[in-house]
Amino acid sequence: MRKVFNTELLSIAQRDKRIFMILADIGYGEIEPFAQAFPDRYFNCGVAEQAMTGIACGVAMEGNIAITYSIANFPTLRCLEQIRNDVCYHNANVKIVIIGGGMAYGPLGISHHSTEDLAIMRALPNLVVVAPCDFAEAQAAVHAMIAHEGPVYYRCGYKKEPPVHDGPIDFRFGKALTVRDGRDATIIFTGTIGYNCKLAAEQLAADGVQCRLISLHTVKPIDKDAILRSARETGAIITVEEHNAMGGMGGAVAEVLMDAGGLGIRTRRLTLPDVNVCKVGSQDWLREQYGLGVRHIVQAVKDTLASSPAM
Amino acid sequence: MPKPRTNTPVAYRDLAKAIRCHCLQMTHRGKSGHVGSMLSMADLLAVLYASVLKVDPADPKWPERDRFILSKGHGGAAVYAVLAERGFFPKDWLNTYYLDNGKLSGHISHHVPGVEFSTGSLGHGLPVAVGMALAARQAGKKHRVFCLLSDGDCNEGSTWEAIAFAAQHHFDNLTVIVDYNRVQALGKMEDVIEMEPFARKLEDFRWAVQEIDGHDYVQIETALNQVPFVSGKPSWLLARTIKGKGVSWMENTVASHYGAVNDEQLAKALKELEVAQ
Repeated sequence: MRKVFNTELLSIAQRDKRIFMILADIGYGEIEPFAQAFPDRYFNCGVAEQAMTGIACGVAMEGNIAITYSIANFPTLRCLEQIRNDVCYHNANVKIVIIGGGMAYGPLGISHHSTEDLAIMRALPNLVVVAPCDFAEAQAAVHAMIAHEGPVYYRCGYKKEPPVHDGPIDFRFGKALTVRDGRDATIIFTGTIGYNCKLAAEQLAADGVQCRLISLHTVKPIDKDAILRSARETGAIITVEEHNAMGGMGGAVAEVLMDAGGLGIRTRRLTLPDVNVCKVGSQDWLREQYGLGVRHIVQAVKDTLASSPAM
Repeated sequence: MPKPRTNTPVAYRDLAKAIRCHCLQMTHRGKSGHVGSMLSMADLLAVLYASVLKVDPADPKWPERDRFILSKGHGGAAVYAVLAERGFFPKDWLNTYYLDNGKLSGHISHHVPGVEFSTGSLGHGLPVAVGMALAARQAGKKHRVFCLLSDGDCNEGSTWEAIAFAAQHHFDNLTVIVDYNRVQALGKMEDVIEMEPFARKLEDFRWAVQEIDGHDYVQIETALNQVPFVSGKPSWLLARTIKGKGVSWMENTVASHYGAVNDEQLAKALKELEVAQ
């Protein structure tokens, strides 16, 4: 997915002279075409994420679009205050791009896992939070990100994530996409865990449970209509995200449901547990270990449907 | 580069005095802190806004304006004062500083006409100023970027990240001014983080450095009209100042960072500033 991101950005930057890349010494093998094509719009700040973000903000304040880009937590947590005070408060046209959302960097360990980002980023005013699930969304999200006036957080995948959508998509920030329809329950996911959700929905369909599958690629602003409509039409909502249990996409969906009065439906959140991920292994293996495998999703849907909606 | 502009020491002194009086009155009315930090940089602001900065009070967003970022956002009242004196907004706004439904917040805010950027947490101003200098150079624009730092700002790692980057890219359209009063929030600099030899540190970081008396109008004006000190290098003006300058019992004290003057102290302080003329 990072290749898709960089290729698409390069192509947009050919036409849009406002685009700058402000980096912190990360991007080997991916960012060179941009650096070679636009040496006057490419700046490596060295391993200095706070300066990267502040400098990007200054560049953006002068009428440009500044992209910051690095691994997982580096361009977010290290420089969170710069994102909050400088970028978001000034509504600066800075796009914060992380490579390796969730546990994409697998065996590299917790420093390289971005598993609290959705909660933290979505708490910041003015910031759009987007997590594409496959190449089609990733490509469309680059265009949406550049077209949007203001800060965006873009949670990119890392490798050759398989497709979730079968056909063309009408991608717009804040508008969830329906991957497949169903009336028995709704699975809402964000990001590349969507592929496991797709496999789970197919397996459930074979077992006679027709799930609606929704990609909530934009965690903020959230598509309240899609959530409430699915709640009313299917009576059960199961959220799935590669993120800590606290405050992520499932939390955002819960806020929407609670603000709507709860609706008396059956609900469940599937997340990582609230622990430090210390096991060593690939992303797929870690997903299995921490409860986000296909079988976990299938079981969660079945358990939810077997549960009582009322407390 | 814009043609150097000059003013008379008397004009600078009058403006600095007005800034100091406003700051004492604003913090007194708002019962807020940081007045020592405001008094410390009043002379620097007077010269900047009376002659150095190319700005237009009638058009605060004029694209060709020089950019000025106050990184020590806690001293924002002093910038509000000088902006009001220059006519960016009505002086009566100053009476609302720090108050309910006030127009002016305790830390400097870009919602106020003439304020380029909001700060309040230290270490934020310089990276943004560097980004603005980068954008100006890339676009071939002639305006300059000035950033005023405190001692505390120079403790922050992000400031040093930006220092290294600015030198690497030879941003000579960028000038840093340090309000070098050597007093920070919990003590004297020598007891917290000693920066000396400060000028040499910046020279080692490949900046062009000048060190002046930050209360001497001629020295301030002369230095600021010489930027860039060296072509191809960012300029660092180390302005030695006195925290609480102009109010005898506040000078060089940590306490002047906190609390506001009471009615009696306000009258006494304003009298001291008057007598100093």
